[in-house]
Amino acid sequence: MSDIADRVRKIVVEHLNVDAEKVVEKASFIDDLGADSLDQVELVMAFEEEFSVEIPDDAAESIQTFGDAVSFLTKAVG
Amino acid sequence: MELRRVVVTGMGIVAPLGCGVETVWANILAGKSGAKRIDDVKVDDLTCQYACRIPLGNYADGKFNADEWMEPKEQRKVDPFIIFAMAAAEQAITDSGLTFATQEEQERSGVLIGSGIGGAGGIYEASVTLYEKGPRRVSPFFIPGRLINLASGYVSIRHQLKGPNHSVVTACSTGAHAIGDAARLIALGDADVMVAGGAESPVNRISMAGFCAVRALSTGFNDNPEQASRPYDKDRDGFVMGEGSGIVVLEDYEHAKARGARMYGEIVGYGLSGDAYHITAPSPDGDGGFRSMRAAINRAGIVPADIDYINAHGTSTQLGDEIELGAVTRLLGDAAGSVLMSSTKSAVGHLLGAAGSVEAIFSLLAMRDGIAPPTINLDTPSVATVINLVPHKPVKKDISVVLSNSFGFGGTNATLVMRKVA
Repeated sequence: MSDIADRVRKIVVEHLNVDAEKVVEKASFIDDLGADSLDQVELVMAFEEEFSVEIPDDAAESIQTFGDAVSFLTKAVG
Repeated sequence: MELRRVVVTGMGIVAPLGCGVETVWANILAGKSGAKRIDDVKVDDLTCQYACRIPLGNYADGKFNADEWMEPKEQRKVDPFIIFAMAAAEQAITDSGLTFATQEEQERSGVLIGSGIGGAGGIYEASVTLYEKGPRRVSPFFIPGRLINLASGYVSIRHQLKGPNHSVVTACSTGAHAIGDAARLIALGDADVMVAGGAESPVNRISMAGFCAVRALSTGFNDNPEQASRPYDKDRDGFVMGEGSGIVVLEDYEHAKARGARMYGEIVGYGLSGDAYHITAPSPDGDGGFRSMRAAINRAGIVPADIDYINAHGTSTQLGDEIELGAVTRLLGDAAGSVLMSSTKSAVGHLLGAAGSVEAIFSLLAMRDGIAPPTINLDTPSVATVINLVPHKPVKKDISVVLSNSFGFGGTNATLVMRKVA
């Protein structure tokens, strides 16, 4: 597991108050992890803060799952 | 149009001196003070460094643990006043025995919870974030977690209350106005049940600084804060901030009777008035408070001599206490010598928007138990009065009719009159 995935998982666990085991590649923030649309906005803000990147709104809308977030951030940071 | 009778069938409190109605009440009757030095907020550069605080611990021990009332994930999104409201509302609903299981029960039940200043602490924090990090770091929960009516919103979602969803913002009269207005919604037939009261979380840096600036807070008791709130005493020097929430379940009398509910009392009178004098100072002649009380007793259809106990606004400020005392004396006339009047703010401090609702609950408990709670720290009254201000120790008395006053910045006054259900 990459360092980026670990950091993303930690944020998701903290913000959505879910077990780390549930935060898997295909886990949808809204459908599987109990987030609402505002939670999702806040998650993206937390990713921006953690990785010191800016995630434009249209890109943010494409981040629906844990896997989406890790792959976007891997590209953005890498 | 015939007005329906409205009774109180559930009560909940989180406040200085405890979490849970019976714990707080027992501590008040024991003459305890909830005041202490503030150790979790930067106050070393403020003139007032103490407040009445909610004791932290578990509900089973009469103390407050936020996790027992709201998920940690949700707590993060809101100001504490909303968490306090959730705790007090859940207690009150449980106490009432109501379940809101059917669609009709849900649609006939509403919420009316207010706050004096709401999420000032969170607004301050978000302002700092905006200034230091820019708009992209302002949380999407900043607005919904700070809005005063979101206490009503959260409670309605938790308990599925789909009737009137409303809120009140009238400074330190909020809690009394919330109960009075909610009672009217039931009396007029808009709902059968209303969850009503106030909530406040003012022990944060910006609210403390603001109330220090208004010169409203007590400042002379940094070394002995438990003596700071001393309504009517000659050494009083301002109010002591309190925090928490008081919530009641109000119910149509026939609705309560049909299900065999326990009734703590009936809301028989509600009076409102404006001073139209000054933004923070009460009018010196006390006429606003007088007219509020007179309206409430007229609505109740009683005469002043019927009042057994008055829970005063009595904040421990230099100006306010004697003005209220004068207005009560004027109202009662010859009956002044037989009433008991105390300020429970001496024990729990001033809960601002929650004050009126926690004090309505204390008034109902005084009636239930036949005992008037004391005004602690009242060593030497600043003026002579024939009214028994219940200094230091509670007084036993058969209490059938109670009156509770709340006066707020902006010159807003509210009075509730409650009586035993006959």
